[in-house]
Amino acid sequence: MALTPVQNQTPAFTAAVSAAAGGFFGLFVGTAQGSGLLGLVIGAVLLGAMGFVYCNLLAQEKPVRWATVAVFAIAGFLLGGLPALVVGALFGWFAGWFIFWLATSSYRKHLPPYLTPGQVLWYYSFRVICGAIFVFLITPILVVMPLSFNAENFFTFTPEMLRFDPEGYSLKHYQDFFSNDDWQQALWNSLRIAPMATFLSVSFGTLAAIGLSQPHVPFRRAIMAVLISPMIVPLIISAAGMYFFYSRIGLQGTYFGVVLAHAALGIPFVIITVTATLVGFDRSLTRAAANMGAGPITTFFRVQMPLILPGVISGGLFAFITSFDEVVVVLFVGSAGQKTLPWQMFTGLREQISPTILAVATILVAISICLLTTVELLRRRSERLRGMSPS
Amino acid sequence: MKLRKLTALAATTALCAPMAFAADMADEMTIVSWGGAYSNSQLKAYHEPYAEKTGVKIINDESSNEAVAKLRAMNEAGNVTWDVVDVVAADAMRLCDEGLAMEIDPDEHLAAAPDGTSAEEDFGELLVSDCFIPQIVYSTTFGYRTDLVGDTPPTSVCDVFDLEAYPGKRALEKRPINNMEWALLCDGVAKDEVYDVLETEEGQERALAKLDTIKDSVIWWSAGADTPQLLADGEVVMGSTYNGRLFSVIEEQDQPVAMLWDAQVFDLDGWIIPAGLSDERKARALDYIYFATDTQRLADQAKYISYGPARASSAPLVGKHAELGIEMAPHMPTDPANAQNTFLYNYEFWADYRDDIDAKFQAWLAK
Repeated sequence: MALTPVQNQTPAFTAAVSAAAGGFFGLFVGTAQGSGLLGLVIGAVLLGAMGFVYCNLLAQEKPVRWATVAVFAIAGFLLGGLPALVVGALFGWFAGWFIFWLATSSYRKHLPPYLTPGQVLWYYSFRVICGAIFVFLITPILVVMPLSFNAENFFTFTPEMLRFDPEGYSLKHYQDFFSNDDWQQALWNSLRIAPMATFLSVSFGTLAAIGLSQPHVPFRRAIMAVLISPMIVPLIISAAGMYFFYSRIGLQGTYFGVVLAHAALGIPFVIITVTATLVGFDRSLTRAAANMGAGPITTFFRVQMPLILPGVISGGLFAFITSFDEVVVVLFVGSAGQKTLPWQMFTGLREQISPTILAVATILVAISICLLTTVELLRRRSERLRGMSPS
Repeated sequence: MKLRKLTALAATTALCAPMAFAADMADEMTIVSWGGAYSNSQLKAYHEPYAEKTGVKIINDESSNEAVAKLRAMNEAGNVTWDVVDVVAADAMRLCDEGLAMEIDPDEHLAAAPDGTSAEEDFGELLVSDCFIPQIVYSTTFGYRTDLVGDTPPTSVCDVFDLEAYPGKRALEKRPINNMEWALLCDGVAKDEVYDVLETEEGQERALAKLDTIKDSVIWWSAGADTPQLLADGEVVMGSTYNGRLFSVIEEQDQPVAMLWDAQVFDLDGWIIPAGLSDERKARALDYIYFATDTQRLADQAKYISYGPARASSAPLVGKHAELGIEMAPHMPTDPANAQNTFLYNYEFWADYRDDIDAKFQAWLAK
């Protein structure tokens, strides 16, 4: 339902704003093709003219928009084949929608009537900026995915891939990952190290968080700062320190050494998340349990643990990801026998740019998304529980 | 648990070991190399036959790039975990000077050629350091996109500096070595005077001034895999890299790329054994080196990668590529047709001038 009564805009206004949008897109397209200025001018003139003309065709919105899509799609196809057809159709759809959205003043319908034009402009600019930031953050990750299905051994979008020719795609890099001994050894090492490091971080981190949340513990802040320090000290410093220390006591280059080092990196995450959950934990529950004859250990496992579990699990997930993604410390503390996935990717990128790395990256991104979704679901559950507990 | 597993392993291998498996050698060794296709060629030519012969477990580390720094750190921490390390000759010299690598007596520690020529003579002048056992001769040279250079493909290294005839980006290594020599050569300095000119302040300025003419069209690379990727992308028209990488791009990956062998710069790569190994591990490392650098083994490596074997006696044994079945000899940097105009990496010059010229080069890059 419209908040604000609107009337159609003048052709001049529509043409000017469409021209600005056209120039914006034209700048990108033009830069990619070699001349940003030319693209900007062509885009601005094209959309400006369209905006001016369409203002007089408001009654036939539907057919005009379809015609725009068709014209852009055909133009794209003639210029660059199938991929350009898709891009052209999308752009045509956007251009048609945008111009009519402007011309009919639809953009004002859902905004309060008292907003000044400047405020309306800012309302939409803000959304465009947010969208641009989002695109900027996510594109590098998305680009990796289609490239991992490349049939060639380079990080290149081949002409076949751009034509959507099935010949240009293959699963061979995934096959390489699953059949190559180096990668399998690395995967296996990662899977052996990360859960053990997570287990240690979670055990020690949870204990530390519970201890540090007791009001009577002396020097709580100082102890907390020391425990959190692996998160703050530059990784390369901790790694070099660990290297020399572990070498002296014979832990360097051993499985247990890497696990310990990763556990030290994971503990801060567990402490922080568990401490946060403990803020909402009602201490009278433990007193009630003690009152009913439960020992401290029973109380911990039967009363406290179930309530802080979401915090423990999300801390554990962060600890797991830390160990699973970590390359600096393992390069120092590990030896070739403990080569993990990130290590293999690191040397692989330097020595031979093979899309197998992209295949692995895609798999890891998928795993990370699953884990983060779990964290988010747990966080919501914890909030719900906290809302229910008496304060 | 690991210890128990290890002792069990040691016990079983000791029981089953053939006579050749001497009791005073370690039964596990860590070999450090560069990774990628190069490590793979060593795996096929050296590691697998050696493991089969002796039952040793070989662990591959791919840290050659930071070998000097890591060996220093290991030495400081008193915990050397590597047994045999593959490094370029310049790194071997540094390690040898710092006492981090063991000295090798070629005639005692290395196999003689099949015809009885001593190892020292067989390797000849490639034995550039007392600690270094040469393995391959590789070269840094140019490759170009055959479809981007028009009808007249480049034939001289100076075409790299010719932006008019060959417009487009070039890939050059982000360090002064090689680039300075090429720049002077193309600025009209005679080949045998290049280092005399480069010694002087004006000569260095002159080389940088020549590089300045193409600076805007250069993409600087630092890892050997960069140029092949840039060439495959068509991002550059020509670029320098190691000849084995170009071989792989051209023959194995089938890209429209060709070699420009003119003024290629030869360099050596080979083994060192870190100083300070226990007797058992040292015996094992020496045994491996004796095996892996004999005439046949060095020739075998050339079946998998186009680097020239360091022994004179290996050259006639170089055969066909193991998978592609093409003759490898014409792809060797040392092949007479390719080696008409070559440089040898000038170890002495760069040992003396590297820091100085590096600083100037980096300052020039930042300008």
